[in-house]
Amino acid sequence: MIVFRNVSKVYNMGGEQVRALWNANIHIKQGEFVAVVGPSGSGKSTLMNIVGCLDVASSGQYLLDGIPIDRYSEKQLAIVRNKKIGFIFQNFNLIQTMTAEENVELPLIYQGIGKNERKARVREALQKVDLYERRAHTPGQLSGGQQQRVAIARAMASKPSLFLADEPTGNLDQATGAQIMNMFRELHKQGNTIVLITHDDNVAKQAERSIRIMDGIVTETREDRAGS
Amino acid sequence: MIVFQSMKMAFSSIKSKKLRSFLTMLGIIIGVFALVVLVSLVSGATGSIKSAIDEIGTDMVIVDDETGRGVFSMEYLDELRELPSVDQVAPVVYTVDRLYGPHEEGISIVYGTTMELMSIQGLKVEYGRFIMKPDVDNHTNVVVISNATAVDLLGRENVVGETLSIGGRPYRIIGVLKQSSALANLIMYKYQVYIPITSAVRISDSGSLSAIPEVCFSGVDGDTSAVQLELEEELTNKFGSTDEFYIFNQSEISSAMDKITAALSLLLGGIAAISLLVGGIGIMNIMLVSVTERTREIGIRKAIGARPSIILLQFLIEAMTLSLIGCIIGLILSWLGIQVVNIIGNVDFSISIPVAMVAVIFSSGVGILFGLYPAKKAAAMKPIDALRYN
Repeated sequence: MIVFRNVSKVYNMGGEQVRALWNANIHIKQGEFVAVVGPSGSGKSTLMNIVGCLDVASSGQYLLDGIPIDRYSEKQLAIVRNKKIGFIFQNFNLIQTMTAEENVELPLIYQGIGKNERKARVREALQKVDLYERRAHTPGQLSGGQQQRVAIARAMASKPSLFLADEPTGNLDQATGAQIMNMFRELHKQGNTIVLITHDDNVAKQAERSIRIMDGIVTETREDRAGS
Repeated sequence: MIVFQSMKMAFSSIKSKKLRSFLTMLGIIIGVFALVVLVSLVSGATGSIKSAIDEIGTDMVIVDDETGRGVFSMEYLDELRELPSVDQVAPVVYTVDRLYGPHEEGISIVYGTTMELMSIQGLKVEYGRFIMKPDVDNHTNVVVISNATAVDLLGRENVVGETLSIGGRPYRIIGVLKQSSALANLIMYKYQVYIPITSAVRISDSGSLSAIPEVCFSGVDGDTSAVQLELEEELTNKFGSTDEFYIFNQSEISSAMDKITAALSLLLGGIAAISLLVGGIGIMNIMLVSVTERTREIGIRKAIGARPSIILLQFLIEAMTLSLIGCIIGLILSWLGIQVVNIIGNVDFSISIPVAMVAVIFSSGVGILFGLYPAKKAAAMKPIDALRYN
């Protein structure tokens, strides 16, 4: 469902061309749990931005659910992000002035979903991450682990084709991090596709397989536990 | 639905920064206050001056005979009455004489005229009646007096049936006019009395029934300019020269007044509009700060799927809400200000509704105009850059 064909991203920095991503070929199937591993500056953020439709490739082709995300306008990219991608960020990226409930509801508002269904989905998602009782709290009133669970609930509520997590445990302590990883495994068991971006091999091990990236070059797309 | 959501977000963002929002609105509040109060006061003041002018009659044309030979006779007036644009004609012989009441005495202007003057000048009778045809035909010594004359010289208002002495001759009072406004009193004689023209020519040394010094005309459907044109042509033929008579259209006073009002409103309204514009720049300034402060929030919203148009709408609505709330506060303050003026100045001014509407339209326009640039800036942000912003 995610296909990269010779995808490159080249930045022009002060007249010098920087290859953030070079001729990447990736295939991720529906229902897979894949880790993208690489040190900082390796190009994994660029990869995530393109997979997450936050940015478009300079060349090559990216197919998401068979649809080429090519020369899309900001508006079209926003619609794809809204409907198909559930982001989970390292620093949670919740809106500080809104309650947990409002944060989870926001992508559904942008989808134009009616109030009753919205409320039902928000309730369901917050119950799954066990934070429905704290729905009226703002991010500032929640712990880091709780904030990340709200972020996961926000991603779940819009029922995306792809969960895209960028160092989701990076700002959390060991125990809380493990708890969050358990939630990803749970999501995977339910048949969701998850792409996890990390620099930590221990975190990457918990995925089905890893994609390694170094200096913009995807060096390994081996299927560790090839099943399907 | 998105609009409703944007409004909710705008309100909560305004509420979360109360002091800043209030200071931002202050420019609009002062602008609206200045606009509405100044223009309302100008139109209120000119309104009362105009109604005072209306009391002395604006829908009439006055012609004075300047020859001294005596051109206007009662017969000639009957001819002039037949002119197509002329509705009514009233001859006026006037003299200044001393009035002796039981209470007081005073100098008064004495008009000798016919019943037509009442409708031409728009005189309103409070007690009794005005001069009628039999009074004129029979040369009776009857008099209609102004309200102030009755109160000052006879001691009370309703003095119909009593006697007033004009220059030593007794006149029976048949009518008392309605009290005129304080402003009208300033521009008219305090004491005014009206007697039949046939009676007046006996005491006047400046006019007779064959040499009437002044004639008042009203036009069909109140059209005084047509009367003026026709009279000018007719009288130039009759008198032989335009120098021999003086013609004055009273409606020129009110049209001059209208011009002054319009110019004054435009001037003061323009000054107030400039301060509204300055208020709008204040909104733009604070919206730009707000967009920068909320870069991360914009990034998050974009990442989870807000289209650029939604971000644009959100900030535009926020700017408009700021200026509209400011406008409403400004309107409330204007109303209070005008009430204070009414109490202190003992006048009866009210908010000019068209100006209030102009204020609402103008401040929403200012909100959109000055909200557009910051909102566009927010909408054009790249989500990856905005997310990375700290």
